[in-house]
Amino acid sequence: MMVSLKTCFPRGSMEASRGNVQSAEQRAGMKKTKKTDKKRSKQDEEDEEEDQPFDLNSKAMEEDEDDDDLSDSEDSVYSGLEDSGSDSEKEEEEEEGGSDDADEDEQDQSEQSPVKESKKKEGAGEEKEMKKEDEYDHDTSDEEDIRNTVGNIPMEWYKDFPHVGYNLDGKKIYKPIRNKDELDDFLEKMENPDYWKTVHDKKTSSDIVLSDEQIELVNRLQRGQFGDVNFNEYEPTVEFFSKDVLIHPVTNRPADKRSFIPSLIEKEKVSKLVHAIKMGWIKPRRVEDDSRGRFYDLWASENSSILAKHKMHLPAPKIPLPGHEESYNPPPEYMFTDEEKALWEQQDPSDRRLPFVPKKYPSLRQVPAFSQFIHERFERCLDLYLCPRQRKMRVNVNPEDLIPKLPKPKDLQPFPTTQSLVYRGHSGLVRSISVSPSGQWLVSGSDDGSVRLWEVCSSRCMKTVQVGGAVKSVAWNPNPSLCLVAVAVDSAVLILSPALADKQVLLSSERLLTTQQEEEEPSEESQTVVWSETDGEELNQGIRLKIQHPKAVHQVTWHSKGDYLASVMPDHSSHLQVFIHQLSRRRSQNPFRRNKGLVQAVSFHPIRPYFFVATQRSVRIYNLVKQEMTKKLQANSKWISSIAVHSGGDHVICGSYDCRLSWFDLDLSTKPYKMLR
Amino acid sequence: MGGLQKKKYERGSATNYITRNRARKKLMLSLPDFRRLCILKGIYPHEPKHKKKVNKGSTAPRTFYLLKDIRFLLHEPIVSKFREYKIFVRKLKRAYGKTEWSAVERLKENKPAYKLDHIVKERYPTFIDALRDIEDALCMCFLFSTFARTGKCHVQTIQLCRRLTVEWMNYVIVSRALRKVFLSIKGIYYQAEVMGQLITWLVPYQFSHDHPTDVDYRVMATFTELYTTLLGFVNFRLYQSLNLVYPPKLDSKSELELKEENEDNYAMNSESYLEKLSALSSSLARVVSSEEEEEAKLDQFPVEGEDMEKMEAREKEQKLLETQKKIFEGLKFFVNREVPRESLAFVVRCFGGQVSWDKSVCIGSTYDVTDETITHQIVDRPNVDRQYINRYYIQPQWVYDCVNAKILLPVEDYFLGVTLPPHLSPFVEEKEGDYVPPEKLKIMALQRGEKPAQQDEEEEEEEEEEEEDEDEEEEENEEEEEEAEEKNLKKMEEQRSQGKSLQVKVTPGKVKAENPARLELEEKAEEKRLAIMMMKKKEKYLYDKIMFGKKRKVREANKLAAKRKAHDDAEKAKKKKSRK
Repeated sequence: MMVSLKTCFPRGSMEASRGNVQSAEQRAGMKKTKKTDKKRSKQDEEDEEEDQPFDLNSKAMEEDEDDDDLSDSEDSVYSGLEDSGSDSEKEEEEEEGGSDDADEDEQDQSEQSPVKESKKKEGAGEEKEMKKEDEYDHDTSDEEDIRNTVGNIPMEWYKDFPHVGYNLDGKKIYKPIRNKDELDDFLEKMENPDYWKTVHDKKTSSDIVLSDEQIELVNRLQRGQFGDVNFNEYEPTVEFFSKDVLIHPVTNRPADKRSFIPSLIEKEKVSKLVHAIKMGWIKPRRVEDDSRGRFYDLWASENSSILAKHKMHLPAPKIPLPGHEESYNPPPEYMFTDEEKALWEQQDPSDRRLPFVPKKYPSLRQVPAFSQFIHERFERCLDLYLCPRQRKMRVNVNPEDLIPKLPKPKDLQPFPTTQSLVYRGHSGLVRSISVSPSGQWLVSGSDDGSVRLWEVCSSRCMKTVQVGGAVKSVAWNPNPSLCLVAVAVDSAVLILSPALADKQVLLSSERLLTTQQEEEEPSEESQTVVWSETDGEELNQGIRLKIQHPKAVHQVTWHSKGDYLASVMPDHSSHLQVFIHQLSRRRSQNPFRRNKGLVQAVSFHPIRPYFFVATQRSVRIYNLVKQEMTKKLQANSKWISSIAVHSGGDHVICGSYDCRLSWFDLDLSTKPYKMLR
Repeated sequence: MGGLQKKKYERGSATNYITRNRARKKLMLSLPDFRRLCILKGIYPHEPKHKKKVNKGSTAPRTFYLLKDIRFLLHEPIVSKFREYKIFVRKLKRAYGKTEWSAVERLKENKPAYKLDHIVKERYPTFIDALRDIEDALCMCFLFSTFARTGKCHVQTIQLCRRLTVEWMNYVIVSRALRKVFLSIKGIYYQAEVMGQLITWLVPYQFSHDHPTDVDYRVMATFTELYTTLLGFVNFRLYQSLNLVYPPKLDSKSELELKEENEDNYAMNSESYLEKLSALSSSLARVVSSEEEEEAKLDQFPVEGEDMEKMEAREKEQKLLETQKKIFEGLKFFVNREVPRESLAFVVRCFGGQVSWDKSVCIGSTYDVTDETITHQIVDRPNVDRQYINRYYIQPQWVYDCVNAKILLPVEDYFLGVTLPPHLSPFVEEKEGDYVPPEKLKIMALQRGEKPAQQDEEEEEEEEEEEEDEDEEEEENEEEEEEAEEKNLKKMEEQRSQGKSLQVKVTPGKVKAENPARLELEEKAEEKRLAIMMMKKKEKYLYDKIMFGKKRKVREANKLAAKRKAHDDAEKAKKKKSRK
């Protein structure tokens, strides 16, 4: 009974909030609708939470309405209100004692006197008999209460009839003659002091005035309390299983057999574990290693031997230290102007000089957190383990030290500083000049088709020789005992005797020009190169010999002895680019059998029998005696234009069209000793 | 001809390097594990000189490690721990899947764990090596100690970081090693000199972090794992060097005091102990309770000439350092609640001052606001209701500026509500030709012992300047007028000459005055030009680069100076306006 009470009343209280005062009995009767009820009760719970403070007046009103809807039977009111002992028959049968208790409480309540439990127990025996009679009374009284026999039906069905049902004798129960209208209702509400506790019973269509006790009960249910005033919710628990060992067993059953014999399953399990331990699958519980997280003197015994291992290791560079512009309150000049800020925003983050915009805060209090802080730290972490490291040699040089120390121009004097002489006379471009070995005379060849001979120190033109073509090159015979000039004009080389020397010299040169007269059998070269003596006008001018070449001659140059001269006819396709002529024997020969590239210039070695041939990129040195190439000088230039050999024979300079001058020291290497620009 | 043909990529640089993927396979580790290993062991990729050769002819972008490094990793005991851990996770998953709770328990008990002690020792064979590399560790630990205890990493890590940083700060206080402090927009930079090494670290301001999503916290956590170990050992050694107890303990005297006050506020003793330590207000216990140590003096050696000068300079420096260490000695600070307490307490204590704060702000306050002996109260609000007459109310920047200037700066510029002078970075050392902000010049003058120019004088100067300006303007005006007159004259002449229509004009020749000094300069410039022409290509390139850098520096300095001038002028104009 206690249990049933406990579960029932809260539910009742829920429904009370909706105005339905239902007894447990009735719910037992409405087992089918229980489920829906439960659902509803859940809703009700919520409702209850919302409208906790109800006043009873409105409650009563609502009750009326709800009665309409749910069509509760009249006994719901009575049975619930009169006593809790009149619960469903089944419950009574099962738990008589429980109902006794309830009745007892009822009595106590009626007497309004505090009755102690001990007393109750004493008088329990007497009262029991009395109550048994009472029980039957209640049974009958239940039926007596049924004044209307229509049963549990919606009362609207009798809406159109004058009666509302039938009493036990089968007679009609008539509705009151005059129905109350709103006005009556209102008047009654105003006048009747008991209106608030009046409930309309539809079945009998009569008004019932609730007694004080009933109201008290309703109130209690609404508050969520037990209907019974004397019911103690907080009775001390009686522990069924206590710590005290009882003398008697709880059950009388004899012990099982399995409690005596060892369990097979357990044995299996244990053996499995033992096996696992033996096999090392299960390790014994590890002893907690408390040295972890403990710090000690790690560097107690420092030895530098390990250091050798880390030769390749580079320590990470440190983060650069912040400057003034990172301050929270920087000097005003470090703040960005609008332009700088716009520029900063436009720039790619990697191009920015500062990774942040300088900001100024009037006080430390206003400085916010730096939003990129974690980012920056993370970037640093990435740098530390993902970036290749390289040792970068920072050049710590005073830039002044880099400038080479040149001798002062003053110290290099004397050198010509002023223009003293101008040799005027040529009307075209002067292509070439050459100085006589005595240093007294200068010969110049020009595009205007003339060769002029000048005295060096007076700039006087001694002689003009018209050669009838643009002069490409002139060369004075380096032998001081001869006075001859070679001139390259178009495809011919002219030997000029300027007659500007002593008689002796003139004689010797004359002898050289005239000695060789015997005719040799014409060789291959003699067919391509034709020697011829000049006469007439040309002879008068001093032109003595004419060496006709197959192609245009670009350069002539003498051997230092003065007997041989070389001429150059640059041509890509043929091996006939260079000719060496012997003046004394009037003989020409082509020293090269094969084309080794476009020959730019040639030169004789002043002392030894070497011959320099400058092609586009390199200078080849041939030994004329052994007839083989001895060296190849690489002039690191694109296109060699000219070559000159020092009179000592050890140094060669090469000029080029790309504004470079390479200087070779033949004793050192085939690479230029110096490049000048 | 004979002999075997040499195969490509079987010798030389191709065999010295290994790609990341191959290294990973060789070590039999997953990529995250490989990454962790690299972080812990300090292995980083190398950029080969000839990438194509190393990459076996391909030009695909790859990361290369030195093969030697990877071989070195092969023998690392931690690698096997990583593998064990992998197996452990697999077993645990399996046990969970089968709901074998006892197995889960057992596995969890045997969870493989590793120690990093040997790695620290290996990476930093000597203590000085460790100190040199401690900067990153400090920055990271300080960052992690400010993390909220939610999700981003283990709570234990955060606690450990906090503990270690507090230990570090306590060491710096005791050894008085702090040298420079800088309030930047990122956080507070501190620089300390520990065992002759300058160590700089950055502490973020005390705010909760806005955790970015594109940051891999696992990487950071791995670094922190190593760094906490390193910092722990370094701390131990440092404490030992000062005869302090490690883990640090409060002085018994101060401990008693603290105990009396705060016993009731903290439930757990262990918890409050760290708090008390981190209050930075009390001294630490020593192993050998010694009184104040004698100050080390430089040994005197008989030296001569330049060495003597050097010695003197060094002695002077030493003296300066000694005075800097004691600049706050005898001063009593009180820190208001709106001021960053930890930073200020740290700085003030590092330089011998006493500091306290409101009891409700933090544990460990030693005296109250009402203490009459307080000399400075650090406030960071426009005004204070109740002011005591016998103390200065100053803004926090004063403390930092004093530390950086190594003297006690005049407090007038730092009173409440006053516009603060700019806070300069102490890390910038201006060389010749660099731009030096005027505030720095002022501080340097103060350091030299010169009296700062009085406000009145300045104003007078300003006025004078203004007058001068006006004069100049007048002069300019005059000049302009003259020019205008001349122009007019010229025009008139021209008109006249045109009227006469005389084309021939005789102009008197001008005497070319030769300036010998100028000539000499020109000659020198010409010589230099010639010499530069003769430079080698390589050197010329370098020379040009250096000169470009120099020019840029000058340009920047000029720009800053111009900006400053413009700003000052604007300020002056504003002042003038307001005066009128």
